[in-house]
Amino acid sequence: MAQAGVTRREVLGGCFAFAAGQACGQSRDFVSQTSAGTAPAGPSRVVIARDAALRSGGSVDSARLAALLDRAMQAFFEVDKPVEAWRRVVKPGEVVGLKVNCLAGKGASTHPALAEIICERLQQAGIRARDILIWDRLSDDLESAGFRIQTGRDRVRVMGNELLGYEDELSTWGSAGSLLAKALTRVCDAVINLPVLKDHGIVGVTLALKNLFGAVHNPNKYHPNAGDPYVADVYMLPPIRQKVRLAICDAVNGQYEGGPSYMPQWSWPFNGLLVARDPVALDRTGWEIIEEERARRGMKPLREAGREPRWIARAARYGIGTDDPRRIRRIEV
Amino acid sequence: MTDATLRRTILKGVLALPCLPAPAADDSRFIVEARYWEKLPHRKIKCTLCPRECVIDDRERGYCGVRENRGGVYYTLVHSRVCAANIDPIEKKPFFHVLPGTLSFSIATAGCNVNCKMCQNWDISQVRPEQVRSLYMPPREVAALARQNRCATVSYTYTEPVIFYEYMVDTAEAARAAGVRNVVVTGGYISTDPLKELAKRVDAIKVDLKAFSEKFYREVVNGELKPVLQTLVTLRKLGTWSEIVYLVIPTLNDSDREFRDLARWVKAELGPDVPLHFTRFHPQYLLKNLPATPLKTLERAKAIADAEGLQYVYLGNVPGHAAENTYCPKCRRVLIEREGFFIRGLHLSQGRCPGCRQPIPGIWGKS
Repeated sequence: MAQAGVTRREVLGGCFAFAAGQACGQSRDFVSQTSAGTAPAGPSRVVIARDAALRSGGSVDSARLAALLDRAMQAFFEVDKPVEAWRRVVKPGEVVGLKVNCLAGKGASTHPALAEIICERLQQAGIRARDILIWDRLSDDLESAGFRIQTGRDRVRVMGNELLGYEDELSTWGSAGSLLAKALTRVCDAVINLPVLKDHGIVGVTLALKNLFGAVHNPNKYHPNAGDPYVADVYMLPPIRQKVRLAICDAVNGQYEGGPSYMPQWSWPFNGLLVARDPVALDRTGWEIIEEERARRGMKPLREAGREPRWIARAARYGIGTDDPRRIRRIEV
Repeated sequence: MTDATLRRTILKGVLALPCLPAPAADDSRFIVEARYWEKLPHRKIKCTLCPRECVIDDRERGYCGVRENRGGVYYTLVHSRVCAANIDPIEKKPFFHVLPGTLSFSIATAGCNVNCKMCQNWDISQVRPEQVRSLYMPPREVAALARQNRCATVSYTYTEPVIFYEYMVDTAEAARAAGVRNVVVTGGYISTDPLKELAKRVDAIKVDLKAFSEKFYREVVNGELKPVLQTLVTLRKLGTWSEIVYLVIPTLNDSDREFRDLARWVKAELGPDVPLHFTRFHPQYLLKNLPATPLKTLERAKAIADAEGLQYVYLGNVPGHAAENTYCPKCRRVLIEREGFFIRGLHLSQGRCPGCRQPIPGIWGKS
């Protein structure tokens, strides 16, 4: 629901004035439904929502993207209205971070349009504009993907880690020893993870788990051995596990080779979104989608290419989620 | 604070320059096309500076975090970008056979091509250049400051100078032209071609040999032993003065067998006259769970290396210990008396033992 004459750009400008708490009941069993803690007892659900008509004249149709997101969220949370779904994720008064992935610039980054729609839905769920932060590793990356840096406290903020800084004390888990971004530790109560569906030339794929490399000061140290165990270890850092509540993978475009840079010759229009609370299940599903596309194009599997993402299985062993296809329920809408 | 005041603050020994404003991440003064890399298809590049040989996508950086692919061209982001500058006694490096009792103008930039769990300077070595405060200090300014401050050498140290290779090489040339020598403190994880080019421009290289097992290098250093040994052999062949430091870490690299294997390899491949320093570990960074090295362990290491026939085996981080001194390998006379980083007595005579005239290898200047 948008006010007449208010554009999404203005939403990011903080002009979209949903009152905090307006028509917002408290979320039911909110904490128990978050991704913090151990892997879920039942199957992990991954919604794959697609719309073949998502593009209009080469660009993404924002209205259709909004409808696709709503459909995906309603299916995932099994509710009738999008706002009800969002109330299961966040509650009024919280500061919510959208961790986008903008390394590759336009073409293979989280679409600003998707972030804008989520900002709108969060506000409808009672989150104040000023309590939303869109963040990534660097402001330059955000700008190259089409975001506009905004630091004012009266609106949705858009900032790279360099503007908010890093903690002074190391956080450690297994092989990981990093300074965490203050965007994660100090600013946000909850994080919505917005990765992309993409091949990665060193660690195999980059999806939900690896997107949190953008929350540490030293991601360059975590690529040896095809990212194993580093990707899983970084995700185990307590603030990450405690605060990331949902992953919405921007799969409007997929890239099956040549990542993490944008390589149009190896991209294809997947025209979809993947939604999950279990990042391991999402990554396993996204990896399978990429492998299927590689197979269709006559390319060898990532294992034979020497970059099987073994860290997905490791993340499952750590209890972050499940990578067992028998325990992942794909819901296609 | 003026630039001059800032510089004085740095030279007083402020390691991480906490008082300085951080220059912009993209400050063009620091960005220079890198050396030692190859173009690959699709705007990727391969860095050939160190044995890691990172393959790097456009807009990405190598493992070191300070060299970046921009549109298929590889750049260093840390040329003249000094994050630490001090005037140190050369014994602090440690060099025990290079101009004893002199000062060394010591500089570093952010970054490192390994990630040692025991790193004592991780707050500057394991960060990206834009994450630490830095100062613009071009090569000729370093050379001038070294001379002004009566430093006999410029040291490239604290982090891993291999990763600021271009800056180091340019500064070494400027320093040499100004009559100042150059010394390098490195982990030795560098490819052979750039090492040979570097060796032409510097006077001495101290290599941190972090253990004598691949397992340790893999698990604790995130690197490899073999290329480091190759570096030492190459330096010996080139005639570049080298000293070795071995940080002894309880339970991880302190077995008799490892000390013996190390000593035998040094004697066979490099010769008995290469100084070998066994230094004491203190818990830090990612190895806070281990105790400091017991003195007895260090003494055991020295005893083994002595017994294997190495002539200059020292102990470090144990101020006042007799094994800080240099002794004549022939008549056992004390030639250089040290206490910590300080020289208490210098008895060499034109690079020889004053008693038996035994030549002592090293760079002794006019002493």
